[in-house]
Amino acid sequence: MAIAVVLVVVVVGSVLFHLLSPWWWTPIASNWGYIDHTLVITFWITGLVFASVVLFMAYCVFRFRHREGARARYEPESRRLELWLTVITAVGVAALLTPGLFVWHRFVTVPDEAADVEVIAQQWQWSYRLPGEDGRLGQSSARLIGPENPLGVDPDDPAGADDVIIEAGDLHLPVDRPVRVLLRSIDVLHDFYVPEFRAKMDMVPGMVTYFWFTPTRTGAFEVLCAELCGVGHAFMRGAVQIDGEADYQAWLGEQPTFAALSRPVRLGAAAPMR
Amino acid sequence: MSVILVFLVVVIGFAGWWLAHQRLLSKPWLEVGPDPLGGPRPTGMPTEKIALGIFLAVVGALFALFASAYFMRMEFADWRPIPIPRIVWLNTGVLVLASVALECALAADRQHDRGSLRLSLAAGAVATVTFLGGQLVAWRDLAASGYLVTGNPANSFFYLLTGLHGLHILGGLVALARATPAAWGTGDARGLRLRLELCVAYWHFLLFVWLCLLVLFTGWATGFVNICRGFLT
Amino acid sequence: MVDATQEIDTDIPPAEVPELELYHPKSWWTTYVFSQDAKIIALQYSGTAFAIGLVALVLSWLIRLQLGFPGLVDFITPEAYYQIVTMHGMIMVVYLLTALFLGGFGNYLIPLMVGARDMVFPYVNMLSYWIYLLAVLVLVASFFAPGGPTGAGWTLYPPQAILGGTPGGQQAGILLMLASLMLFIIGFTMGGLNYVVTILQGRTRGMTLMRMPLTLWGIFTATVMALLAFPALFVACVMMMFDRVLGTSFFMPALVEMGEQLKYGGGSPILFQHLFWFFGHPEVYIVALPAFGIVSDLISVHARKNIFGYRMMVWAIVIIGALSFVVWAHHMYVSGMDPRFGFFFATTTLVIAVPTALKVYNWILTLWRGDIHLRLPMLFALAFIVTFLNGGLTGLFLGNVVVDVPLSDTMFVVAHFHMVMGVAPILVIFGAIYHWYPKITGRMLDEKMGRFHFWVTFVGAYAIFFPMHYVGLVGVPRRYVELGDPAFVTTPVHGLNAFITVAALVVGFAQLVFLFNIVWSLRHGRPSGGNPWGAASLEWQTPETPPGHGNWGRELPIVYRWAYDYSVPGAPRDFIAQDDPWPQPPARPS
Repeated sequence: MAIAVVLVVVVVGSVLFHLLSPWWWTPIASNWGYIDHTLVITFWITGLVFASVVLFMAYCVFRFRHREGARARYEPESRRLELWLTVITAVGVAALLTPGLFVWHRFVTVPDEAADVEVIAQQWQWSYRLPGEDGRLGQSSARLIGPENPLGVDPDDPAGADDVIIEAGDLHLPVDRPVRVLLRSIDVLHDFYVPEFRAKMDMVPGMVTYFWFTPTRTGAFEVLCAELCGVGHAFMRGAVQIDGEADYQAWLGEQPTFAALSRPVRLGAAAPMR
Repeated sequence: MSVILVFLVVVIGFAGWWLAHQRLLSKPWLEVGPDPLGGPRPTGMPTEKIALGIFLAVVGALFALFASAYFMRMEFADWRPIPIPRIVWLNTGVLVLASVALECALAADRQHDRGSLRLSLAAGAVATVTFLGGQLVAWRDLAASGYLVTGNPANSFFYLLTGLHGLHILGGLVALARATPAAWGTGDARGLRLRLELCVAYWHFLLFVWLCLLVLFTGWATGFVNICRGFLT
Repeated sequence: MVDATQEIDTDIPPAEVPELELYHPKSWWTTYVFSQDAKIIALQYSGTAFAIGLVALVLSWLIRLQLGFPGLVDFITPEAYYQIVTMHGMIMVVYLLTALFLGGFGNYLIPLMVGARDMVFPYVNMLSYWIYLLAVLVLVASFFAPGGPTGAGWTLYPPQAILGGTPGGQQAGILLMLASLMLFIIGFTMGGLNYVVTILQGRTRGMTLMRMPLTLWGIFTATVMALLAFPALFVACVMMMFDRVLGTSFFMPALVEMGEQLKYGGGSPILFQHLFWFFGHPEVYIVALPAFGIVSDLISVHARKNIFGYRMMVWAIVIIGALSFVVWAHHMYVSGMDPRFGFFFATTTLVIAVPTALKVYNWILTLWRGDIHLRLPMLFALAFIVTFLNGGLTGLFLGNVVVDVPLSDTMFVVAHFHMVMGVAPILVIFGAIYHWYPKITGRMLDEKMGRFHFWVTFVGAYAIFFPMHYVGLVGVPRRYVELGDPAFVTTPVHGLNAFITVAALVVGFAQLVFLFNIVWSLRHGRPSGGNPWGAASLEWQTPETPPGHGNWGRELPIVYRWAYDYSVPGAPRDFIAQDDPWPQPPARPS
């Protein structure tokens, strides 16, 4: 008997917790409201299923609990009922999957006007590279990484000379302009995770992964790592600042290019060797 | 992961075919009575053979997974195919001879020809040991010409897979060594027949695996995969 | 292969197995230690699994203490935290759940349920246990190795698993972990061959596949899956071992660690993930399917009603088993693999929800118009349905590729998989122990302690993992030794985390009551008799309780019906045992 009551309490408690508790996702700051909508649809459908199944179960336990002299009904199966339940479940699952796949299609299709930004992760800090005036990032390779070239930009690729390098600093992005975030790691797996943007993707050494989004409001956002990357995993934090156009241009003007960075350092490093 | 998926399709297809003969559509609550299906030995096949079959499916999955990994790793730019040492072809021939010899041993046992049985058993064992020795020579030749295990992923795979295949052969030799005394003594003849049959199946299987590996190493598999891709696209 | 059209043979030859085929122990050592009797091996497996599981339980307390009250336990440094998390996960998934369901329940129940005297290869079966024990010892050894156990997370993702930034990566930790896993797989393969072949070949006369209890179907399918899936883990372990020891580059790309160029180059970390999850996803069902089977039997016995839709249940188990091999990459939606795979894997993942949902419906429809005895096994079965349903439904969030993007690698995932493959199967294990303990020992477990254990475990576990979903929804990542107070957390989760920790400690201590009950009832439990629940399946019909060596006395039982003849109209009692020829007289005087 108590179990029937507890089952009802579990359902009511879960629903109340969902509706009343203050813990909910952080306000969104990107175009991926679709993801939130899909999530809400999923909550409704699954919540409905959970409540109805558990309440029905509680009713069964209450109604058919053992009484003296009672005997269970003999009923091996009911094809018709099972068929109906299969069809209903399949429809429910399709209702979840279809919007999900549409949004995923959007998620993996980068718009042509998206600007490239490169994020480079290492144990345990974030660095960034912007394509500079030519709009193209230069080639890069982990093999080229050294004290004077921390991101491994290819010095022989002319497209790389004007690349803007932000080593272990904050990234600024203009609001309302789509960006394609190219993700690179130079040591282990990391994951560029800004909860407000919803989108995230692992960074895998040896390859370049990507996702895209459009920032929709200005402000400072914290970057976290979401793929276990060693003992410093929890402390690998960074910051992304979403600016209005004027602020962004002002910030961009202050940042060093690859060419500017490598020239003086190379001389300084070479001098004591001789 | 395409190789393992193809392998699984075969295994699941076989399992499905078998299940289809198990009256899965019957309504068991309507059938009361001593049903003779499913006696102490429901299939009539020796238990050991069924066990070997399942074990070979596991070994097959293992090698199929390695082959999957091989193809996936091959896509990357640093891959340089390894040259197959000439002795490997000789080894292949020797392994074929070992399989044939064991098959002859089985035939001899069926005809109660003790002499031929002993001869072919010995020949099979010697051929198998020769194969293993030959593989070691192949390793030495490769290492001598600078193809070390860390040099290139193709080398790593070559050493790893030949080694693993050799270990399986070694396990087979242990089983064969346990079967042979009966061919010399007056031991359990029925047991000998069964053990021989199991060994023959195992040898044929490992020969098949070896041929598949050879197809991988020579790069013929790549050509085949490319042709398949061509058909699909 | 049996031909379905074979004519029914009315003259039944005696089903006795020749004496020669059964192994007989000669001494105390071969009876209780190096035993080849599946029942003893089952108890050895279970005891070892519980012992190492207890370690994992204590580790989970440490994790929760750190998350609920950061800094309270001063030896939990980031290194120690990741080692604790890794070992907790790996022990629970592989060394406890897999070993207990297949090595423990499989060994005990398969021969009894199919009506066999023992497993078909008792010697190999014994070896299987000893190799498993060796694997556990190697695992335990890593706690004492220099540098401690690996802290790479139970997924052991390279490159970090074998690099210096991870505890144990450049020391013995990761090597012992890989060696232990390989041993486990070898040992399991030996046992698994036994389970499958015994079900195929060891069935007594009349025991067709469609007369088997669903427990056997669950264990059978799970074992077949495990035999095909564990090689993937083996391959991944071997290749990682090569990378770590010999310096090959299977999984290792060119990388710079702490400013130093390593000699690796060209490898693919994603390749490891494919191999790992090709094992890892079936592994979820390797744990779940035996639980599905066992819970079906618990519900049926204690509701005095046949399992509703038996055929559908069998088909669902087989279909789930087959489908679970083509969903693995749903663990890798944000791994950086080609995003087009997302469409395929999201679809297969949600398709698998349909047969799974059907199983849930059929459990509940079994309750409908039943005669429900709310004894402990039934209570645990009901609790299983709630937690499994909850965890299964949150699986629809994570399987639906785009919804997974914000939730992946957050505490939502942790809550999901604990609910669905932690709490739910463990509730089944408890229910099963309360159910079969009388058969194993001849005594009942104490009811009062049992009810205390049930209520604390069920309500407590729900209170741990239900709110945890919302911690993840807020955006808190998993595997964070310390979150601090980042700006995106608009309502702090510290209070909630502390609550979860307290709940976890309480639930943990309730398990000690359970262990005490098991030991106490061995001597003080009420004698149960051979069939205290009035169950129809074959294992309750043994001539002796606990079943003696060889299980069945002189002659093997003959099976006349399926395992679910409860409340049959016209029958004298509310169950008919599988070896009861009613309404015909016995086929042969006994």
